[in-house]
Amino acid sequence: MSTATPPVRHQMPPAARKARRRSAVLGVVTWIAGIAFCMPALWMLLTSFHSEADAATNPPSLAASLTLDGYRQFFNGGGGAEPWPPLINSLLASTLSTVLVLVLALPAAYALSIRRVPKWTDVMFFFLSTKMLPVVAGLLPIYLFAKNAGMLDNVWLLVILYTSMNLPIAVWMMQSFLADVPVSIIEAAQVDGARLPTVLARVVAPVVGPGIAATALICFIFSWNELLFARVLTGVVAQTAPVYLTGFVTSQGLFLAQLCAASVIVSLPVLAAGYAAQDKLVQGLSLGAVK
Amino acid sequence: MNTQAPRTAKPSHTAPGPRRPARSGRHGSVRMRAWATRAPLLPALIFLIAVTQLPFVVTLVISLFDWNSLAPDDRAFTGLSNYGSVFTDPAIRESVLTTVVLTASVVIASVVLGLILALLLNRTFFGRGMVRTLLITPFLLVPVSAALLWKHALYNPEYGLLNGGLNWAASLVGIDTAAQPDWISDMPLLAVEAALVWQWTPFMMLILLAGLQSQSAETLEAVRLDGASGWQTFRYLTLPHLRRYLELGILLGSVYIVQNFDAVFTITSGGLGTANLPYTIYQTFYQAHEYGLASAAGVVVVIGTIVVATFALRVVSSLFREEASRS
Repeated sequence: MSTATPPVRHQMPPAARKARRRSAVLGVVTWIAGIAFCMPALWMLLTSFHSEADAATNPPSLAASLTLDGYRQFFNGGGGAEPWPPLINSLLASTLSTVLVLVLALPAAYALSIRRVPKWTDVMFFFLSTKMLPVVAGLLPIYLFAKNAGMLDNVWLLVILYTSMNLPIAVWMMQSFLADVPVSIIEAAQVDGARLPTVLARVVAPVVGPGIAATALICFIFSWNELLFARVLTGVVAQTAPVYLTGFVTSQGLFLAQLCAASVIVSLPVLAAGYAAQDKLVQGLSLGAVK
Repeated sequence: MNTQAPRTAKPSHTAPGPRRPARSGRHGSVRMRAWATRAPLLPALIFLIAVTQLPFVVTLVISLFDWNSLAPDDRAFTGLSNYGSVFTDPAIRESVLTTVVLTASVVIASVVLGLILALLLNRTFFGRGMVRTLLITPFLLVPVSAALLWKHALYNPEYGLLNGGLNWAASLVGIDTAAQPDWISDMPLLAVEAALVWQWTPFMMLILLAGLQSQSAETLEAVRLDGASGWQTFRYLTLPHLRRYLELGILLGSVYIVQNFDAVFTITSGGLGTANLPYTIYQTFYQAHEYGLASAAGVVVVIGTIVVATFALRVVSSLFREEASRS
């Protein structure tokens, strides 16, 4: 087959103009599809800037004046409880567990890619298989353990569980990043007398840094999003943002604009992390199987 | 120069290279080196076994007991009778069916939509990055936010966007009152499914887009010059190439969606025949306090997931082997 033919630029024959027009049409179709698909999210954003009266109109009012009332009420505790503690809990649980994941996964990935342990593929698949175990199947023992150990409603318990939830993904992703590091560079460093920590910090980390950052962002997203553990294992003190959201319908009824504002606020960290990690997102979600 | 422990990975996974004689040193130092190689792996392995495997073993044990936490004194070993209850309890049986229907329909719909969007996006056009960002946004919303958005801002019969849109469209053609369905009570399962399809389509799109972009541009160009039509190229070249990625998307999607709790919990609270197994198990132990029964149902979910996961692992493993042989 054509081995090294550089792509040839063709002069457009008149017949190709039709193809070009078709291409333009498809571009417009894609734009429309994108906007239509994103519409519910855009609608949420718009509604969050409406007053409650304008938010609850039918048909919808696109021209209604914009206000920050929804956000103001959210931060004033209009949802029935203070919004800051759950946000801080989520931030704590997600950040701490992400750090713990990296601390555990990085050496493991090293042992699975650079200094390969015997039967490394089997170990990889063991990690993966734990991810396929449904959460509900271990929830009750964890609940009973936490109850007996006095760890219910405790952020640290969530940190541990979120770490176990994300560790397999992180190991898989980082294994594939580390496998990209040429072994010769590492060997050269070792010949120069560098010890393992030095090799990791000076040689491996700069090469795989972006990959590690993406892994961290993905672990953060999954922890931030988690509902089932948080719902069962936390109460008042360690409540996370998603649990706070589920309790948002207040005794006075539903405030739509305020709910939308709350949803936007809670989703913001994930949106930011997700946009930043866009390219690596698939790799993380498909457990590193797709590059 | 290579003083590392021997690499004993399966030959099929490593690039052919000179095999190093494994046991050249003294036996003790070889063993020590082997442990030095394994050491970095151990913290992660031990942590995972302790936090994920042990609880499941406990679940297995509890599933053999008749145990309601409201009557803790009556706890008794009952063997497999909880499993009998799982398969005869109409509520649990219905939730098995719901789980299958929910998972299958959401996965199929999001794969089809995701494929269309991926094909549209796999072309150069003005603002492609922006459209891609728009398309992945649903996936990046916190699942609870997305579920609340659908429940209150879209489905609400009085001021939701769907009925508002119907009214607006009706007023355009001069009709005063459009039909105003109460989406969640009229079509509860469909309501949950639509919200989930919306959230999961971007995931499928991203996987399939990765697949499309891994196609060889040279081959595509050659086929185009040979006069193949767009449809022929898609049918005989792109689709077979995408097969792996389709399988991966379907299987990972299934593994994630079988476990869905957020949407069911938020949109319908499991009412109106939308309770899937995770929600039913949650209810059985969290509200009905039937620990033994909930555990047995949990074990059944695991067995079901293992069946799906076995296929998933095979697909991932074949992609992985390709990857390993490439490096």
